[in-house]
Amino acid sequence: MGIISRGFRGRRTEGGDRLPPGQYLEHGFPVLSAGPTPRVPLDRWEFAIDTETGQTHRWTWPELTALPAETPTVDIHCVTKWSKFDTNWEGVSLDTLFEDVETSVEYAQVYSYGGYTTNLPLEDLLDGKAWLAYRYDGEELEPRHGGPVRLLVPHLYFWKSAKWVRGIRLTNEDWPGFWETAGYHNYGDPWREQRYEGD
Amino acid sequence: MRRLIWRAATLVEVRAETATARTLVLDVPGWPGHLAGQHLDVRLTADDGYSAQRSYSLAAPADGERIELTVELVDDGEVSPYLTEVIEVGDQVEVRGPVGGWFVWRPESRAPVLLVAGGSGIVPLMAMIRARRLAGSRTPFRLLYSLRDPGRRYYAAELRRPEPGLDITYLYTRTTPEDWPRKAGRVMLGDLAESGWPADFEPDCYVCGPTGFVEVAADLLLDLGHAPEHVRTERFGPSGG
Amino acid sequence: MTIEHLDGNALAGPLGELFTFDATTAVGRCAHCGLTGPLAALRVYGPGPGLVARCPGCEEVVLRLVRGPGAAWLDLRGTVSLRIPLPD
Repeated sequence: MGIISRGFRGRRTEGGDRLPPGQYLEHGFPVLSAGPTPRVPLDRWEFAIDTETGQTHRWTWPELTALPAETPTVDIHCVTKWSKFDTNWEGVSLDTLFEDVETSVEYAQVYSYGGYTTNLPLEDLLDGKAWLAYRYDGEELEPRHGGPVRLLVPHLYFWKSAKWVRGIRLTNEDWPGFWETAGYHNYGDPWREQRYEGD
Repeated sequence: MRRLIWRAATLVEVRAETATARTLVLDVPGWPGHLAGQHLDVRLTADDGYSAQRSYSLAAPADGERIELTVELVDDGEVSPYLTEVIEVGDQVEVRGPVGGWFVWRPESRAPVLLVAGGSGIVPLMAMIRARRLAGSRTPFRLLYSLRDPGRRYYAAELRRPEPGLDITYLYTRTTPEDWPRKAGRVMLGDLAESGWPADFEPDCYVCGPTGFVEVAADLLLDLGHAPEHVRTERFGPSGG
Repeated sequence: MTIEHLDGNALAGPLGELFTFDATTAVGRCAHCGLTGPLAALRVYGPGPGLVARCPGCEEVVLRLVRGPGAAWLDLRGTVSLRIPLPD
């Protein structure tokens, strides 16, 4: 530990048991980005699930928004140590999108407009754990927060909730994504504080 | 040169610059010296080991092992509230630096200099003005200092004193002093054309401020014919604080 | 459109922890479009979760740096080479 600065507390005052270890409670909604914000016109937007057999399931914007929507209220946890409680989203459960998808693989590689990627086990996307979100707090999801559509996987660190999501590739092998190849943990469970490779 | 290490720094003096900014004079044993325009990282550690760090520009040439920073309070920040409201003379922080060899001015340089500051972007440019004075350099300097209102001026008394070879133009974006000839508004082509140097003089231009300001000012300088390699920029990010 | 990036100068401190020279004055070549320039001229996004430096010409990733406890991860895949000024 370095030299202690007398009277320095940082941003950790509240939150209690709902905060995973090492996190602090944030009331704003910080924007973190690894590149310029992609602008995707809705008439050209699409989302795809590519299976290991080469089948592709596609949804256009009207098709996605015609599916039954859910309104999850969840806590989110960013690996840069902020957490935000009770965030309100609207979107389609991944269970709905996977209804007609035949697959036997274990891994999902998520890719986005703008080139971002992230990876996670397929089971972490299913059983009510993940959504394609297109509204936040009653409003259209802003581009800086991942709009028109972002992935929402709140039980993992928020870098797994890819902004500007474009598709999911189902693979036999686990392919580490953008941050997972640069030192961050492959799985990223905030409750086990899996921030970095080796945690 | 060697790899950067964290050094203990002790606060020895505080000067208020505005209602929300102050200059901190720190004593840093082992400080290796620095060039005007360089910055450093400041790290704060709480008694339970929690730590946070931010980058700040050095505001003056080193005086032996003494260095100066000017810190603006950032709303909802984490490090700047401590540095502007909590820290007292005798308290310690850690610093690492100097860093950055690109956005620097060297006293042996002979090219005329244009400094373009947006708000707290004045800090590294002030280090250049002070380095020029300290070196007795006769290189002509011009400073265009864009501010929201007159109450935001840093180093007001020092910049008010006439200094041969240094011309200063103030530009206000929200509120001007009374009877100010220019209306309040963002920096425009005419401001840089009038207060800067003709591109033929091949001045070294240094632009520092918030990202949006730097983007606009640097583009205008290119529009005026300044070569990209003569326009050096330093942006203050959205993640300050 | 909002402008979200910093200058390559922001890499000076984090890279200064790794190298004995000032890497921001080193001249690199983008592996994607071939544009050359000092690292100080890159567009830097971050600092969290990591620093991502992109080419000002084509916006592809030139360099990534993540600093964790006890280790740093540096990815230079997007850089063909770095010309580092050194005294003889």
